[in-house]
Amino acid sequence: MARLEIRGVAHSYRRDPQSDADYALKPLDLVWEAAGAYALLGPSGCGKTTLLGILSGLVRPTRGQVLIDGRDVTQLSPRQRNIAQVFQFPVLYDSMSVFDNLAFPLRNRKLPARDVEARVREVAELLDLKAELPLRASGLSGELKQRISLGRGLVRKDVAAILLDEPLTVIDPHLKWHLRRKLMEIHRELHVTLIYVTHDQLEALTLAEDVLVMSDGQVLQRGSPEALFERPEHLFVGHFIGSPGMNILPCDVEPDGVYVAGQRVLARQVPDAGGELRLGVRPEFLSLSEQPSELAARVRVSEQIYLGGTRVVSVQLGPHTVRVKTPPEQRHEPGTERFLVFESARTHVYRDGKLIS
Amino acid sequence: MDKPQNQRAWLFVLPVVIMVAFSALVPLMTVVNYSVQDILGPEQRVWVGNEWYRKVLTDPELHGALWRQLLYSGVVLLAELPLGVAVALCIPLSGAGSSLALVFLGLPLLIPWNVVGTIWQMFARGDIGLFGVLINKLGIDYNYTADPVAAWLTVLIMDVWHWTPLVALLAYAGLRAIPDAYYQAAHIDGASRFAIFRHIELPKLKGVLTIAVLLRFMDSFMIYTEPFVLTGGGPGNSTTFLSQYLTRLAVGQFDLGPAAAFSIVYFLVILLFSYIFYTVMTREG
Repeated sequence: MARLEIRGVAHSYRRDPQSDADYALKPLDLVWEAAGAYALLGPSGCGKTTLLGILSGLVRPTRGQVLIDGRDVTQLSPRQRNIAQVFQFPVLYDSMSVFDNLAFPLRNRKLPARDVEARVREVAELLDLKAELPLRASGLSGELKQRISLGRGLVRKDVAAILLDEPLTVIDPHLKWHLRRKLMEIHRELHVTLIYVTHDQLEALTLAEDVLVMSDGQVLQRGSPEALFERPEHLFVGHFIGSPGMNILPCDVEPDGVYVAGQRVLARQVPDAGGELRLGVRPEFLSLSEQPSELAARVRVSEQIYLGGTRVVSVQLGPHTVRVKTPPEQRHEPGTERFLVFESARTHVYRDGKLIS
Repeated sequence: MDKPQNQRAWLFVLPVVIMVAFSALVPLMTVVNYSVQDILGPEQRVWVGNEWYRKVLTDPELHGALWRQLLYSGVVLLAELPLGVAVALCIPLSGAGSSLALVFLGLPLLIPWNVVGTIWQMFARGDIGLFGVLINKLGIDYNYTADPVAAWLTVLIMDVWHWTPLVALLAYAGLRAIPDAYYQAAHIDGASRFAIFRHIELPKLKGVLTIAVLLRFMDSFMIYTEPFVLTGGGPGNSTTFLSQYLTRLAVGQFDLGPAAAFSIVYFLVILLFSYIFYTVMTREG
């Protein structure tokens, strides 16, 4: 359990980076408090694996410092940092048994044989690997291999942090839920700092109390799942999180409010300082009414999809398609006219992608 | 499940069957024929049964050559495999250094075998050869043309010089094929350099090392050219190996029957050892 911190860390895979575009990771200052559960969320190639590698010591950052509990560890190897990491794809030592694989990190740290045995059995129990312990590691199924890799990451109790790089990608969906719960259990039990990298928003939001959304080597927003959902600070965050993502509509600001396709939808005063203005609103915070009212936009239903708990209705607002989540008992037949109501508190205006109101 | 029967398939494999027949089976059968007959002239041959086999198998000269050969192949394998792997581990995995190292490493493999023998014949000479003069200057009495031990060592060192690069290149190819993720995981798990070698590199090299062992065993067991050029099998019979013995029998004395019988035995010995190496090295667990 330890507090992780990076100061001014940037990384480029080029030997002499010139412009900003050469950096896989733009300069970052971040802190992960001890015993917290964190997620790094972002699309493939956004730099999250690089950031993880910098924390564990596999990647030496081009610039900046890495600190563990206030101590500068930038020049230290993974072994010296005492950090556990689980990779996206299983890595096993083929010539060893499953037991020896799990024991490997402990034996490398010269733990007494009795403690190794006890700890390996504990982890095997946790991950349902008891029956497989005596088997040879080669020739097992991919999913089983990944559970063993996960076990190797969890086997050391004294680590500063456990870093997980999309560890459940190759795992069956039904087992994913199970393993995610197990991970949370382990986190509560060991009070270890947990950083979980994923491109799956559901995984990030269920696992972590603090989620970092990254895109293109930058951190766009950091906050609780609620904050990310209700108040995305960047259009990318709104679009990336949620299913379907946030509706993003070009808008105009006038002294009396915000207009979309010539219809006033918000009564809010937004300073117009140029730039590209967009209105962002989640399908969850929109509703459809059959009666006109002030600030309700006249729309035409184009499609509806039934999703069990909700219904996703697509409506045309001028030239724009807007998705609305409605209760399943409401029916909106394609072609009918409806009035679209924006929930003012959770409808946001963005300038050049950034939240301004 | 029934496999479809299609006799036309034979037609398509016929070219290969003919080629294999002429390149391997027919010559082999001819040798088998020679080995059970006494050939007195073009039209005169007598069936002798296993007489030639008994003759060569009880020949003390052959026993001597066989033991020398086994010892030679054994030492060659024991020296070249660890050395080759060690060299491969020292070559950087990328960059200009690696290309340069590979070129230098490959040089001995590009030299014709009899030239290798000639190079060492001069290189190791006690009077003008750099190697020989150097050893003698160190106060060690070294003359490979007179001293059997010196002759042996010279042939061995020459073989190690000539063929370790092959093992190194094979091992290097094997090392290159190991995904980076294994090294990363090992670093995270706190593995020492030796543990990485023992638990990642060595198991992953098993395939190429099996090939290296087989190639080096078969080649060294059949070695002919280099010692023939370097020592001519001497001093005495001290560096006469099986191939040289066979050549003497077949070409020198024109004893085709015993030579054929010996060839068959030679072939079976190589087959047997290769089989043993292969089964042992590819065994699971």
